[in-house]
Amino acid sequence: MLVINNGRVIDPASHTDAPRDILIDGGKIARVAEPGKLGAVAGQEVFDAAGLVVAPGFIDLHAHLREPGQESSETIETGTRAAARGGFTAVCSMPNTKPVNDNASVTRFVLDRAKATGSVRVWPIGAASVGSQGEAISEIAGMKQAGIVAVSDDGKPIATAKLARQVMDYCRSLDLPVIEHAEDVSLAGGAVMREGVTSTRLGLRGMPAAAEAVCVARDVQLAELTGARLHIAHLSAKASLEQVRSAKSRGLRVTCEVTPHHFTLIDEDVSYDSRFKMNPPLAAREDRAALLEGLADGTVDAIATDHAPHEPALKDVEFDRAPFGILGFETALGLALGQLVDAGRLSLLRMVELFTTGPARILGMERKIAGGEPADLTIFSIDRAWTYQVNDSPSKSRNSPFDGKKFKGGPVATIVAGRVVYRAN
Amino acid sequence: MGKLTYRFRDLLSLEPLTADELRFLLDQSKPFQEIQKHPLKKLATLRGKTVALAFFENSTRTRISFGTAAARLGADTMNLQAEASSIKKGETLLDTAFNLNAMKPDCLVMRHSASGAADYVARHLDIPVVNAGDGTHEHPSQGLLDALTIRDRLGTIENLNVTILGDILHSRVARSNIHLLGKFGCRFTLCGPSMWVPRELEKIAPGVPIRCVYKMEEALEDAHVIVMLRVQTERLNDPSLSANDYILLYQLNAERLKRADRGAIVLHPGPINRGIEVTPEVADGPKSCVLEQVTNGVAVRMAILYLVIGGASEGGAHPALEAKASRSKESGHSKSKESANAGD
Repeated sequence: MLVINNGRVIDPASHTDAPRDILIDGGKIARVAEPGKLGAVAGQEVFDAAGLVVAPGFIDLHAHLREPGQESSETIETGTRAAARGGFTAVCSMPNTKPVNDNASVTRFVLDRAKATGSVRVWPIGAASVGSQGEAISEIAGMKQAGIVAVSDDGKPIATAKLARQVMDYCRSLDLPVIEHAEDVSLAGGAVMREGVTSTRLGLRGMPAAAEAVCVARDVQLAELTGARLHIAHLSAKASLEQVRSAKSRGLRVTCEVTPHHFTLIDEDVSYDSRFKMNPPLAAREDRAALLEGLADGTVDAIATDHAPHEPALKDVEFDRAPFGILGFETALGLALGQLVDAGRLSLLRMVELFTTGPARILGMERKIAGGEPADLTIFSIDRAWTYQVNDSPSKSRNSPFDGKKFKGGPVATIVAGRVVYRAN
Repeated sequence: MGKLTYRFRDLLSLEPLTADELRFLLDQSKPFQEIQKHPLKKLATLRGKTVALAFFENSTRTRISFGTAAARLGADTMNLQAEASSIKKGETLLDTAFNLNAMKPDCLVMRHSASGAADYVARHLDIPVVNAGDGTHEHPSQGLLDALTIRDRLGTIENLNVTILGDILHSRVARSNIHLLGKFGCRFTLCGPSMWVPRELEKIAPGVPIRCVYKMEEALEDAHVIVMLRVQTERLNDPSLSANDYILLYQLNAERLKRADRGAIVLHPGPINRGIEVTPEVADGPKSCVLEQVTNGVAVRMAILYLVIGGASEGGAHPALEAKASRSKESGHSKSKESANAGD
C-alpha cells in the first residue's frame, strides 16, 4: 500500500484541481480523499507530494523503441526507463522495427519484452500494411487480438490513397484508430528540412509545408468516405491544422498530435547540426504560432514525443546523410511547462489533458484519478530548476537538440500500477 | 600590409565575415597576384607545412588551384580523391577526416557534396579547415577570386549592379558572391527559370537588396557585373529542363549583352558549357574575365592558406613582399622590425 499525501491533484476527467491524498492498493487506486482524511494504515508507504502536482499517468502516443532489430539505438528496457524519467506511464511503440510489427507474433514479442524488461506500459501499434510496404493490408485483426492499440505505417504515409481507404474501412470495422504519418513522398523526396529562407540560405534541400498538408487533405477525405478514426501524427504545418479543424467542425472522427519540438523550435534554429533533423522537419515561425493556438483551443488532441533514438554512429554524420529523428521522452514535460504553461498560453489543467485524457480518448480509453482505476500516476514539479544532460539519459542514443537546456519544472516521480518506477533525486 | 589585422581559424563560409575582414582577405591576395607574373613563382613561406586536399566530390579546377597555391607557398600536399577514398568502403566522413589528420597536415582543404560538410568536420578537427565548396551552400574561395577579378577590372567592388544567371538555388558560387559583394553595397538581380530562382533567395542575406526576375532582358539592364553559372547537369535531379528551352530564354549572347552597362564584365566559375549558358562569342569576348578568374584563384588560395596556416605565427611583412624585397636586394622589410607585433 502506498499513500500519496499533500499533492495538488489535477484530473482533467473530473475537472479537479485541488489538494487530495491518494491511497493505492494492489496496483489500483483505492481511495481519493481530501488531505488528512484517509487515515493512517499500518505498514503503508508514504510519498509526500507537498508542492507537487499529481496527475493521471502520462501517455505517449508516438515513440520508437527500436526493439526488435535496432537494439544498438534503443531497447524496450532503455527506452521505457527514459520514458519513466520523462513522466510517461505508457508509451505507444511504432511498428517500424526490424522485423516490422505487422503480425501477431511480433506484437507478442514486443509485449513479452515489455513485461520482462519494461519500466512502463508499452502499447504496440501495428503496421497498416505488410512490412509497411504499402502494398497489402497486414494482419490487423490478429495483431488486435495480440494487443495493438492502433495501426500506422509511421516513418512514411500509407503509400496510396487506395490502400489508405482500405485500411480505414477495415479499421473502422475493427474499431481501431489509423495513425497517419502525413507526407506526400514525391513532394518531400530527398529533402532534409523544411523549405524556406533558412533551407535556401544553408543550401539544404527543403520540403514544402504542402508535403504534409496534401497528404492530410487526402486522408481527411478518406476518413469522411469511410467513417474511420483518423489520427494525424506529429502534425507540423498550419495548413494541416486548418484541415483538422475543419474536419472536426464537420463532425469527422479526426484527431491530431503535436510534438514538443514542433511547438518549441522552428526551421530558423537549424544549422548543420543533425540533432535538429527530424521528419516532419522543424516548421516555419507561423506554423509554430498556429500549433500553439491549436494546443490552446482544442484542435490539437495530444502531445506526443516521436521519441526517435539513433545511435551516434548513425546520427553523427553530415546533415544530408543523418537519419531523421530526435529523443523526446525526458524533455517533453519540461518543454510543455515552459512553452505552454509558463508562457501563459495554456492552463496547467489543459496541458495535463494533452498528456493524459487527450491521448487516451484517441485510443478509446479513459484516464482518471478515481477509486478502482489503475494506479498510473505522474508526479511533477512546476518550479524545480533542472538541466537536461543527455549523457545522463538511460536511452542508448544521444540525439537531442535540448542537451544542456535549463528547465523550470519537470517529472519528479512516475508510478505504474502502484509501483514507483522513477523518482528524481 | 605587414601586420596581420585578422586571423582566420578556418574558412568555411563568407556569410559570417565582415566587410573589413573580406577586404583584408582581398588585400592579402594582391601581392600573391604579383607573384603569378614572376618567372620564379615559388615562395618558402609554408616550407615544411603540409596541406591536405580532400575532394569528396569531383573537381578539376579548384583542386589543381589549391594544389598549385600550396606548391607556390612551398608546402607539401596530401591528396585524397573521392574515387580512391574509403568512402565507398563505408567509412564515415569524420573517420576519414580523423585519419587524414593523423598524418599531421597543417590544414585540411575539403570539397564535399553535402552542404555544411566542412562546417561539420571543422567542429571536430583541431587543424584549420578550408571549405573548397560544400554542396549547394558556399564556395568561399570562388567568391573571393570573383571579387578580386571585379576589383581589378572595374576598380571597385562597391555599389555595383550584379546580375547572376542560371540555377541559383543549387549554386554555392552565387551564395558566396552574395555574401561577399552584398557587404559592399552591391545590388543583386537573380535570373533564371523560376524553379531555380525561388523567391526565398531574396531574403538569404538580410539588408542586401536582392530581386529575383524571370526575364533575362530585364535582368541585364544596367548590370555592371554578370555572373554566369554553369548549368549543373550533375547536381540537377530536379527539375530537369530542356537545354533548348534554357538557350531560348537565358543564354547570354552578344545581342542580350547590349542591355548591360557599357563597361559590364562577364564572369563564369567554369567549367563552361559552350553554346548552352553562354555563346562562344561572349565567353571569348573582351568583357569575359574567365581566365583572369582562374589566375586570381591561385592568388586568393595562396592568401587563404597563408592566413590559416601561417597567419597565427607569422607577424612580419607579407611573404610575397618579402620575397620581392630579397630578390631585388632591398632590405626595407626586415622581419625583425615588426616582430613586436607578431602573433597579435
